Amino acid sequence: MMLMKRRDFLKVGAAAGAMASLYGCAGGGKASGHVVVVGGGYGGATIAKYLRMWSEGSVQVTLIERNPTFISCPISNLVIGGQKTMEDITISYDGLKNKWGVRVIQDDVVAVNTEKRSISLAKGGGMNYDRLVLSPGVDFMFDQIPGLNNADAQSKILHAWKAGAQTVALRKQLENMKDGGTYAIAIPKAPYRCPPGPYERACLVANYFKQNKPKSKVVILDANEDVTSKKGLFTKAWSDLYKGIIEYRNNSEVKDVDVANNTAILEFDKFKADVLNIIPPHRAGDIAAKSGLKLINNRWVDVNWLSMESTNTPGVHVLGDAIFPAPTMPKSGHMANQHGKLAAAAILNQLAGQEPNPTPVVMNTCYSFVDAKNVIHVASVHQYDEVTKTVQPVKGAGGVSMARNEIEGKAAIGWARNIWADMLT
Amino acid sequence: MKLLPAIAALSLVAVTSAAHAADPNLGRNLAATCANCHGTNGNAVEGAGMDSLAGMDKAKILRKLADYKSGDKPATIMHQISKGYTEAQLDLIAGYFAAQK
Repeated sequence: MMLMKRRDFLKVGAAAGAMASLYGCAGGGKASGHVVVVGGGYGGATIAKYLRMWSEGSVQVTLIERNPTFISCPISNLVIGGQKTMEDITISYDGLKNKWGVRVIQDDVVAVNTEKRSISLAKGGGMNYDRLVLSPGVDFMFDQIPGLNNADAQSKILHAWKAGAQTVALRKQLENMKDGGTYAIAIPKAPYRCPPGPYERACLVANYFKQNKPKSKVVILDANEDVTSKKGLFTKAWSDLYKGIIEYRNNSEVKDVDVANNTAILEFDKFKADVLNIIPPHRAGDIAAKSGLKLINNRWVDVNWLSMESTNTPGVHVLGDAIFPAPTMPKSGHMANQHGKLAAAAILNQLAGQEPNPTPVVMNTCYSFVDAKNVIHVASVHQYDEVTKTVQPVKGAGGVSMARNEIEGKAAIGWARNIWADMLT
Repeated sequence: MKLLPAIAALSLVAVTSAAHAADPNLGRNLAATCANCHGTNGNAVEGAGMDSLAGMDKAKILRKLADYKSGDKPATIMHQISKGYTEAQLDLIAGYFAAQK
């Protein structure tokens, strides 16, 4: 039954695709065709919805996602800190299916054939596409930390940098830790997903310790020279709220781990913690990295900022954390959502035989909790620049909070509820 | 023979100007950059504390944005975001939201 349905759907998709090509030759008309979106996170879910909404249903969209539900990385530090539950950050894909008519398939894409414009699925079979969107997030470079390059080590020393089972497991490790223990969080060199995220996590763990395990400590092992985001606001929170609890160490890149002793091995030093939370360096998600797309620094996909298409593989659009970012652009869920809309508009133009919008704009807002109620933000607006062929931050716009405050604590939750609805319902 | 380069040059101009013509969906695209906080098409989630912009009077939206830009209206974040858009872009955004239900 399932197969029949899939075949029927593909027939419709292929027919629509042929029509799109005809319209393409004619140089105008309504967009139609079949777009396959790989990855249902902030980028992929957004583009799936916006393609259906903006095309008024004339473009067929298949979303392939390995997880049964969406789990948000933003706000997941509040689960680790004890303020929120997994239920609060988990959302069904039913809205995309039932309200927007997106075909959602729970599976893994194992291969992309960009010449035949097809993908293969782990459970078998595959499908053709007129345009492909890869929004795979990141995968970790465990080989950079040899002791962590096996499943057993990874089950003990967590990253919790993808929300899900590891979020719960890290919370459990913190709950099980004795008072007087040490939690260490290791941050990789930039660029990495969610620049302020590790510092927010340090704050929320320290907040938990302050209230429940007051003799305990938080140590930040940062591979970077300095705090990479909202520096003044974070360091003020550490000295005002967590004096004697949070210790910050810069230039402290983790080179290896001694799993048996829960010890991080740095270049000239070692650090033993009761709860060791290592965020390994990461790169574009596997499917983007192995599909022949041009990578920068062998890690991030190079994209055309008018369409989010791979610069060497037209027809394949890449969103979110997997791309080589534009100047000062963070790897954030908010930004991935904006990439999704930029690419949705471009794809609909392309499927109708038109050029993408020549003047795209994207913007970012990122809220971080420094305790259960007080929040700080960073915001930026990026406009396309014809000379550099990328989106450039607008000078004089954007910035950070004047000071941590509770008003933005409410705004942060409001942001989450609105962006989740914007993506999924 | 001499005409060919001239025609080629002319069509180049035509192609270039076509590529730079404003996208007919520019207002929609720009307004979508606000939806992360203000909801899809300006329909914010109820009770989440964000302004719902769908159907709001265009002049009212523009006045708010101008006041954020000038600093007349105190803000936590909108004074920083509004400065990232040109007046023409804000006009398109306000027009798009005003036309939504």
